[in-house]
Amino acid sequence: MSAIGEKLLGTLTGIAGEENTSVNAPDIARYVVDGLAPQVVVRPGSAEEIAEIFRLCAADKLAVIPAGSGTKLRMGGPPTRYDVALVLTRMARVHAYDAGDLTLSVGPGARLADLATLLEKQRQFLPLAVPFAAKATIGGTVASGIDSPLRQGYGTTRDFLLGAEFVTGTATIAKSGGRVVKNVAGYDLHKLFIGSLGTLGVLTRLNFKTFPLPESSRMFLVSFAGASGALDLVERIVRSPIEPSSLDILSPSLAQLFGGRAPSTDPGLAPIDSWLPSPEWVVAAGFGGGSAALQQRVADEMARMAAEAKASGTVLLDDKKRPAFWGQLREAVPLLLDASPGATILRIGVLPKCMGEIFTAAQSSAERHGLPLAILARAAGAIYAAFLPEKVDEDTLGRLALAANEMSEAAAAAPGFSSILYCPAQLKGKTTVWGRERADLGLMRKVKQVFDPEGILSPGRFVGGI
Amino acid sequence: MTQRRINPEAIQELERIVGREQVLTDPTELRLYEYDGSVETGRPDCVVFPANKGEVVAIARWANRHGVPMVGRGAGTGLSGGALAREGGVQVVFSRMNHILAIDYENRRAVVEPGVVNMDLSRAVAHAGLHYAPDPSSQKACTIGGNVAENAGGPHTLRYGVTTNHVVALEVVLPDGELVRIGGAAPDPTGYDLVGLFVGSEGTLGLVVEATVKLTRLPETVKTLLAVFETADDATETVAALTAGGITPAACEMMDGWTIRIVESWIHAGLPTDAGALLLIEVDGAREAAEEQAAAMTEICGRNRAREVRVARDEREREALWKGRKNAFGALGRVAPDSYVQDGVIPRTRLPEALRRIGEIGRKHGFEVGNVFHAGDGNLHPMLCFDSREPGQFERVIETAREIITLCIEMGGTITGEHGVGMEKDRLMPLLFSEADLTLMRCVREAFNPLGLLNPGKVLPSGKGCGEIRVLSTMSQAGRAESGGTAGRSSGKSQP
Ligand SMILES: Cc1cc2nc3c(=O)[nH]c(=O)nc-3n(C[C@H](O)[C@H](O)[C@H](O)COP(=O)(O)OP(=O)(O)OC[C@H]3O[C@@H](n4cnc5c(N)ncnc54)[C@H](O)[C@@H]3O)c2cc1C
Repeated sequence: MSAIGEKLLGTLTGIAGEENTSVNAPDIARYVVDGLAPQVVVRPGSAEEIAEIFRLCAADKLAVIPAGSGTKLRMGGPPTRYDVALVLTRMARVHAYDAGDLTLSVGPGARLADLATLLEKQRQFLPLAVPFAAKATIGGTVASGIDSPLRQGYGTTRDFLLGAEFVTGTATIAKSGGRVVKNVAGYDLHKLFIGSLGTLGVLTRLNFKTFPLPESSRMFLVSFAGASGALDLVERIVRSPIEPSSLDILSPSLAQLFGGRAPSTDPGLAPIDSWLPSPEWVVAAGFGGGSAALQQRVADEMARMAAEAKASGTVLLDDKKRPAFWGQLREAVPLLLDASPGATILRIGVLPKCMGEIFTAAQSSAERHGLPLAILARAAGAIYAAFLPEKVDEDTLGRLALAANEMSEAAAAAPGFSSILYCPAQLKGKTTVWGRERADLGLMRKVKQVFDPEGILSPGRFVGGI
Repeated sequence: MTQRRINPEAIQELERIVGREQVLTDPTELRLYEYDGSVETGRPDCVVFPANKGEVVAIARWANRHGVPMVGRGAGTGLSGGALAREGGVQVVFSRMNHILAIDYENRRAVVEPGVVNMDLSRAVAHAGLHYAPDPSSQKACTIGGNVAENAGGPHTLRYGVTTNHVVALEVVLPDGELVRIGGAAPDPTGYDLVGLFVGSEGTLGLVVEATVKLTRLPETVKTLLAVFETADDATETVAALTAGGITPAACEMMDGWTIRIVESWIHAGLPTDAGALLLIEVDGAREAAEEQAAAMTEICGRNRAREVRVARDEREREALWKGRKNAFGALGRVAPDSYVQDGVIPRTRLPEALRRIGEIGRKHGFEVGNVFHAGDGNLHPMLCFDSREPGQFERVIETAREIITLCIEMGGTITGEHGVGMEKDRLMPLLFSEADLTLMRCVREAFNPLGLLNPGKVLPSGKGCGEIRVLSTMSQAGRAESGGTAGRSSGKSQP
């Protein structure tokens, strides 16, 4: 270990305690980001400890990358510097859960799976059906900005995060928002943290609105020979009086993956094989709760619209099959990562009417560069386009870079946004992770300057190299 | 209050930007712009009516050249003094920028100028079965620009969300005159959520010159219920039971008995004048969903001792039920020469206790408190009616308000649910936020508004700049001790 490493270890041990500070090789290896290894791994127990660590890092110009369970450390641009892995799993306390008011306040290290168990006892839940669900922490989920199929019915994190406490790069412990469901006092600084990849500060407490668990759930799978039929059905559903809680489109190749092995992140999922109509495009429409009359109405409307959109078949999943499918849908990202050593997953946001264009652009890029492709698209216009090469070599990386650039241009033209969610680390030197540069990048730099003037937090991982 | 004079040459320059008729400097005309819906006042040195974003850019550059403070103004219905020129300067009124620029029916988006009246947008898209969901009770007058600044809510935000949940992109003129686009019409813009930061920043970070908003499908069926209770406790307990039972109506508004009687005597909406309280509950969605929910609501109201649950049979009856609610503040305003509406939020589990204690606080100071509010999300609007001509009344009102807000904070709530901090509650902010929180917010404001020319003296209690973090800890103690109410702030004002 370097001299600076020795000194750092000593000071961090003083702050967080010996048992929570480590330099052992397996620990270090767990928190490598894009090939860069930290010198020290520290697991603080409080916001105050984090502030002390940041004070130290700011003084010595050391770079920190916060982590939860480490499932999304591959996201973002390659870090330019990295000294300390700040692992938040110890800060997993439930600070307050007011089931009667439907609000929850938790530490960043709380695992989604544990929160789900806690909330379920009160017949409630957080509408975050995000990938890596077994391991993912709430802090990492929010900071990564990852979405979930439930956004159709419940919105994204920004719609139910009520407030937060955080430690900024200036070692300031601050908060914004509150714990009640409605609040306009002060600036909503906590919204800036959603998807910020640990570049503004570390969330130390998060306050959420919780939701009643629907009494029952149903999932319709409607299949189509082509993407246009699937898009047509989605549009009809969105315009109809029925309100799905999730509404996604699967490309035939993705549907096929769903029918294969369970994702490594949830190997216990029951196999889904013969009942999935493949190889076809599939619209998956999920509905929660409702009286018998409402459920009948939903079934009738779905049948009518499927016929109008000229679907080739409809399956209503029974209670045994539904959880398995739901698990696959939730874990679609890790499933894609399992499928290829060079999986390059783009996250694209376009207006709903432009989704077809993006599908076409992805298909022609895939063909042009000889890359297998799978697509998952949410009705709101969020598209995951995954290129899945069989191997990673220089030639493949070159083709992946070209395909990623083409997708970035297609998204910008739509108009919309694109970024690379996951890709091999080697690809990051060949293309930009964040797509086209934004007109408001200057303002974002100003925000970064306020929260982290010394640049100690995840340098390089965010848009424009922030 | 220090009022900066603007020299005549500067005024002429401004007139060259927007045209002579679009600048007001005559003191009698300016008086109209000294007020908004709050009990505060603040007189601008001039008022300007830009016609387009280019003019707003030019106005901001002009203000920078001359060191003139600026503040945006929509319809002036704000209830916390947000649009008032607290430190004089130029008030930029968006009433001419009131065009709906584009409606994208397929993608359910609209692009509007900031001066578009909230209700006009919903009207314009109703034929396509759409609406703009945030519906402040002032929606016939208030503007989208004002809504964005205040992150306005309304009765139906219980189900549909507040303004921030419906704004996807903004074009803003920064205080130095730079025109920038933030967010995006498409979902999931890359980068920090600047739109999330801007919405609710009360016109202190930039002037909004264009907004892209989501349009929401109108429900197939709406059912409106009026539940009548003998006591306020029964009504508030019903709300707590609804919430805990996981049933979210589209709207759930409450009115207490005292208010019912006043409203009914003015409006004749057929409200039960002998009741202790009523709940106006609306459920919507697919026909079967609305019917199921209406049945569930009726059942819960009954279990909590509702005397009667009326269901509107048609649109006319529905409008009649809403009439009382929508005109309640107007009616209360006639009880006494002055009125002051509060805007606290508490956890819904504490509603029964909160209303009881607010009543006690009012009585202690000699006021009857009227309650008409968004019960479903715990957003209280206690209304104090008073006569400012009577010596001491205004001060007592302010003290009563402060005690009510303190109660909300003690209960784990907040000082404002939708009306904003403005110049009404900046001095209460330290009750909710630490000095570190406030300093960080000040630093964010300074990053956008380095010269402090845009809407000075609002939201954050004055004092410590961003570069002076070190001296803060001692000063914040002093700040906290004197953080009384808003009385001190408006002591120099003319009587409301
Ligand atoms: C009877 C009544 C009922 C009300 N009911 C509700 C309710 O149910 N829910 C609710 O939330 N509020 C309610 N309000 C408060 C008020 O209507 C809202 O705050 C509304 O959003 C203000 O809009 P406005 O156009 O009148 O803005 P103004 O009062 O003119 O301004 C409000 C703030 O917006 C800023 N601003 C205005 N335009 C711009 C712009 N283009 N760019 C930047 N900043 C700008 C101003 O500087 C100011 O800080 C009510 C008010 C009244 C009088």
